Amino acid sequence: MALEAAGLSGAPVVRPRRRAAGTVVPTLLSLAGLVALWALAAAFADSRVLPSPAAVLAAGWADTVTGELPFNLAMTLGRVAGAFVIAMAAGTAIGLAMGLRPRLNRFFDPWLILVLNVPALVVIVLAYIWFGLNEAAAIGAIAVNKIPNVVVTMREGARALDPQLAEMARVYRFSALDRLRHLILPQLQPYLAAASRSGLSLIWKIALVVELLGRSNGVGFQIHLYFQLFDVAAILAYTLAFVAVMLLIEFLLVQPLEARATRWRRRPA
Amino acid sequence: MSNPSKPAPPAGAGAPPEPSGALAVRIHEKLFRAADGGLVRAIENLAFEAPKHGFTALIGPSGCGKTTTLRILLGLDADYRGEVRLPEPEGRVAAVFQEPRLLPWRDVETNVRLALPLELKGANLDALFAELGLDAMRTRFPGELSLGLARRAALARAFATEPSLLLLDEPFVSLDEMTASRLRALLVSVWSARPTTALMVTHNLREAVELADRIVFLTPRPGRLRGVVDLDRPRESRDAVWREATLRTIDDAYPGIL
Repeated sequence: MALEAAGLSGAPVVRPRRRAAGTVVPTLLSLAGLVALWALAAAFADSRVLPSPAAVLAAGWADTVTGELPFNLAMTLGRVAGAFVIAMAAGTAIGLAMGLRPRLNRFFDPWLILVLNVPALVVIVLAYIWFGLNEAAAIGAIAVNKIPNVVVTMREGARALDPQLAEMARVYRFSALDRLRHLILPQLQPYLAAASRSGLSLIWKIALVVELLGRSNGVGFQIHLYFQLFDVAAILAYTLAFVAVMLLIEFLLVQPLEARATRWRRRPA
Repeated sequence: MSNPSKPAPPAGAGAPPEPSGALAVRIHEKLFRAADGGLVRAIENLAFEAPKHGFTALIGPSGCGKTTTLRILLGLDADYRGEVRLPEPEGRVAAVFQEPRLLPWRDVETNVRLALPLELKGANLDALFAELGLDAMRTRFPGELSLGLARRAALARAFATEPSLLLLDEPFVSLDEMTASRLRALLVSVWSARPTTALMVTHNLREAVELADRIVFLTPRPGRLRGVVDLDRPRESRDAVWREATLRTIDDAYPGIL
């Protein structure tokens, strides 16, 4: 962090917020254009395999009224949340250990490359065969697919830790908790943010496959069901409902958290 | 022990030469592994004492092991032959590094408070912040401070811990002369109000003559003791005339430093 030798400036300069009204309108216009294009294509095709936006909305509403869509959405969301927490915790611990201990890293690096390249489908199938068709195997399989990515990101984060600040903390005998809260985590924050961003999207895609192969509920199970019925409107309704939930998480949870964690960067000298 | 110009106390094996409470440094050898794999001798038979509650300056050319000596005293480097006796074996040691080393994501006050030991948590720091002119800066982030202010925050952090040994590594380097001299005056006043054994590494003899009770001179690498000069005159009566005369005397005895 550069400390300019310049004199004291007056009031802190606050940059305009990233998501100002000026960027919301173009985003909405762009999405509206996409829906219009879809509606046009559906009208031209006039086929069951490409339903119109209105038909998708109707299918979604029908399953919402029966409570089926919210229930399956919640089941998938629960699995995503469980797998996310497990993957982030395990991946961060392993990544930090490998980043801070070169010997450990040399030994386990080939394992990491191996796991990174095992197809998600293989992990899922093996988990169900070895541990049975149960919830633990399902969530575990999703987490195992994500862990190597978290490890790679957090290993970079551990390598970027500032040794000078670590020495300062040693001299002043920071407690282990203070060290974690005030020294390590703030430095890892950009890496944690990157890992969780890419993590959420990857995890929910894998969660659908896990549900399709071995669960009797969840968005993946429903999509499989409607695939057998050839009901494309319902398939799209479930997909869009889940994408909407993920977008809400991004805007209401991830972005405000990130803004809070990086507020010290926003006020330059 | 090679050439101490001031008769150093006899280098009796292990016998403490200064009354207890002083900082005693006795580094027989410190080696570094260079990038090409060879060993570089950074320090060789360096022994000196810093009197209790005195201000000692350590002066020597670049690469003579000054910073290495501080790192050994801070417990950041245990790979050396020799021994070090701190003023209080279990006492706290505080450091002001060349760079302020503040946590950029925490405000000034949090930075200071995080360094406090358990028994001082929640201490009233108003007087210390006021003395260092940091009153208005307590809620600022380090990135909003000038280098001079960041150094003051680092000084505040060091003094807030009420250390039994204070180590300073060129704390006024790369500041303009006006800021540096203001900071030196601040250091003297804060330190005088909170007596502690201080050891400051510097390459600036004028600074040492202004601040120190004792100046320890080191040779070029490998760092050895070149000599010790004690300055008995009280700091407040060290006027410009006295400082110039002292500088000249020291320059005659230890040429090449000014």
